[in-house]
Amino acid sequence: MSRPGHPERRARPRRDDHPLAVWLLHRAQVLVASLGRLSRTPVASLMTVAAIGIALALPTGLYLVVSNLERLSGDWNGQPSLSLFLRTEVSDVRARGLAGRLRQDAGIAATRFLSRATALQELEQRAGLGDIQATLGENPLPDVILVRPTAVAATPTGMAGLARRLEALPEVAQVRLDLDWVRRFQGIMALAHQGTLIVGTLLALTVLIVVGNTIRLDIENRREEIMVSKMIGATDGFVRRPFLYSGLWYGLGGALLAWLLLALAIAALNVPVRRLAGLYLSDFSLQGLTPEAALAVLGLGILLGLAGSWLAVGRHLGAIEP
Amino acid sequence: MIQFIQVSKRYPGGHEALRDVNFRIPRGQMTFLTGHSGAGKSTLLRLIARLERPTRGQVVLAGRNLDRMSRGATPYLRRQIGIVFQNPHLLEDRTVFDNVALPLVIAGAGRREIGRRVRAALDKVGLLERERAYPVTLSGGEQQRVGIARAVVNRPTLLLADEPTGNLDPELSREIMHLFRQFNRVGTTVLVATHDLDLIRRLGLPELQLRQGRLLAPAAAATP
Repeated sequence: MSRPGHPERRARPRRDDHPLAVWLLHRAQVLVASLGRLSRTPVASLMTVAAIGIALALPTGLYLVVSNLERLSGDWNGQPSLSLFLRTEVSDVRARGLAGRLRQDAGIAATRFLSRATALQELEQRAGLGDIQATLGENPLPDVILVRPTAVAATPTGMAGLARRLEALPEVAQVRLDLDWVRRFQGIMALAHQGTLIVGTLLALTVLIVVGNTIRLDIENRREEIMVSKMIGATDGFVRRPFLYSGLWYGLGGALLAWLLLALAIAALNVPVRRLAGLYLSDFSLQGLTPEAALAVLGLGILLGLAGSWLAVGRHLGAIEP
Repeated sequence: MIQFIQVSKRYPGGHEALRDVNFRIPRGQMTFLTGHSGAGKSTLLRLIARLERPTRGQVVLAGRNLDRMSRGATPYLRRQIGIVFQNPHLLEDRTVFDNVALPLVIAGAGRREIGRRVRAALDKVGLLERERAYPVTLSGGEQQRVGIARAVVNRPTLLLADEPTGNLDPELSREIMHLFRQFNRVGTTVLVATHDLDLIRRLGLPELQLRQGRLLAPAAAATP
C-alpha cells in the first residue's frame, strides 16, 4: 500500500536554506576558501607559516629545556634538608627525645635520628677504614638529626629562619644546611623562566607582525574585491572574515610546524642525552610536550594568527572605501 | 523615491562637484542624468548610494534621510540599490556565476535560491550559457551585461547606472538601454547617467541635466 504524499513537507524550505544553516555554511565556505587561497600561493604561504612555526618553536623549546632540567633535578630539589649536629655530652635518650619533639614543629615535615654509633659504623663500612674507634680511642662523630622541612618552609628564607631557630636549641652544636645550592638552583631556574618569558613575548610579537604584514599584502592584492563587495552591500564583518580566517590558518599551520620541529629536535637530542645519562647510571631522557602544553601551543598559534590579522584588518580595511 | 534637497558637494581640495541641487524622482520612474564629463553625474549617483556624503543639504531615499542613517546601516541600504558602472568591476578570479552571485552571498541567501536567481538574472541578459566562463574570456559588451546581471540579481528597488554604455558600440548600447527599460517596466526605479543624447531622445524619458554641478531647468517629470 502506498502512502499518501505530504505536499506541505515539500513546500517547506529545504534544510540548506534555513537561516542558521546558511550562516554556518557561509562561514565554513569562507574558511575552506581562505585555505584554498593560501594553497594557491604555496611558497609565500609556507614561508609565512615557517616564520611563525620557528617563532613558536623557539620559546616552546626553551620551556622544554627548563622543564626537563627541573625534572632532572626533581629528586634533590624536592627535599632540601638540614643536619643538626648535637653536642657530644647530650645523651642518646635525650637526643632521640629531641628528634621526636622536633617532628611536632609546624615547619618540619620529618626527622631522622642518626646516632653517633650508627654513623661510625656506616663510615667504617663505606670508607673501608677498619676500626676507627680502636685507633682514635673514642668515637669522634656527634649524634645527628636530619630535619626535612615542610614544603612551605623549604624556601631559602624559610630554611634560614628554621636553621636559626634550631641553632638556638641547647642540645645543638651546629646546624648545616645546604642552602647555597637551593638558592643557586632556584636562582638559575627563575632566570630561565624569566628568559623564556621574555623570549616568548618577543617572538609572539614577531608572529603578530609576520601575520599582520602578510594579511596587509593580501588586503592590498584584493583591493578590487573589497571595493566591489562594499559597494554592493557587504558589511564590515563580511569583508573582514576571509582575512581573519587566513590569519587563523597561518597560526594553526605555524603551531603544527612548531610541534614538528620540537619533535624532531627532541628525537635528535635524545640519542646523545641517553648515552650521557647512561654514563651517570641514570635512565633519564628528554620529554616532549605534554598534551596540555601541545594544546596550549596550538591555541596560542591560532590566537596570535587571529590577532595579527585582526590588527592588519583594523588598520587597512577601513582605508578601502568605494 | 529619490529626493535631493539643496545638496552641495565639495571635495577636499576645493572642487565643488554639485551646487544646490534639488530634484525628486518618483518611484518606478526611469530617468536620465545628462551632462558633460565633470558635470557632477557620478557624484550625484555616489551620493544616492552613500558612497559619498553631501557637504550641505539632504538626500532622501525611499523616505529615509541618508544624513541621519548610521554607518552600520549603509550596507543594508546598498543592498536595495543595484549599481552599474562604465567599467563593470568584475572579479577576474571568479566565474560569471560567482560574480553575479556575490550580492546574494553577501545578503546571506541560501544555495538553492542563489542558483535560481543567478540563472534568472543571467538569462535576462542573455548570458546563461556563459555562467562558467571567466570575465577575461568575455567581450566588453558581455562583461557589461554580467555587471548588469549582478546589479539586478538581488531585485533592487533602485537601479543606478553610471555611463553604462560608455565603452560600447551603438548596437550594444541600444540593447543595454532596452534591458534597463525592461527592469523599469517591472517596477524598478532606474536612474541612468549618460552623455549619449541620441539614445535618450529616442526613448523620450525624463531627463535631469547637470552643468558644472548645477541642475538646469527641471525637465518634465523631475520637479523639485
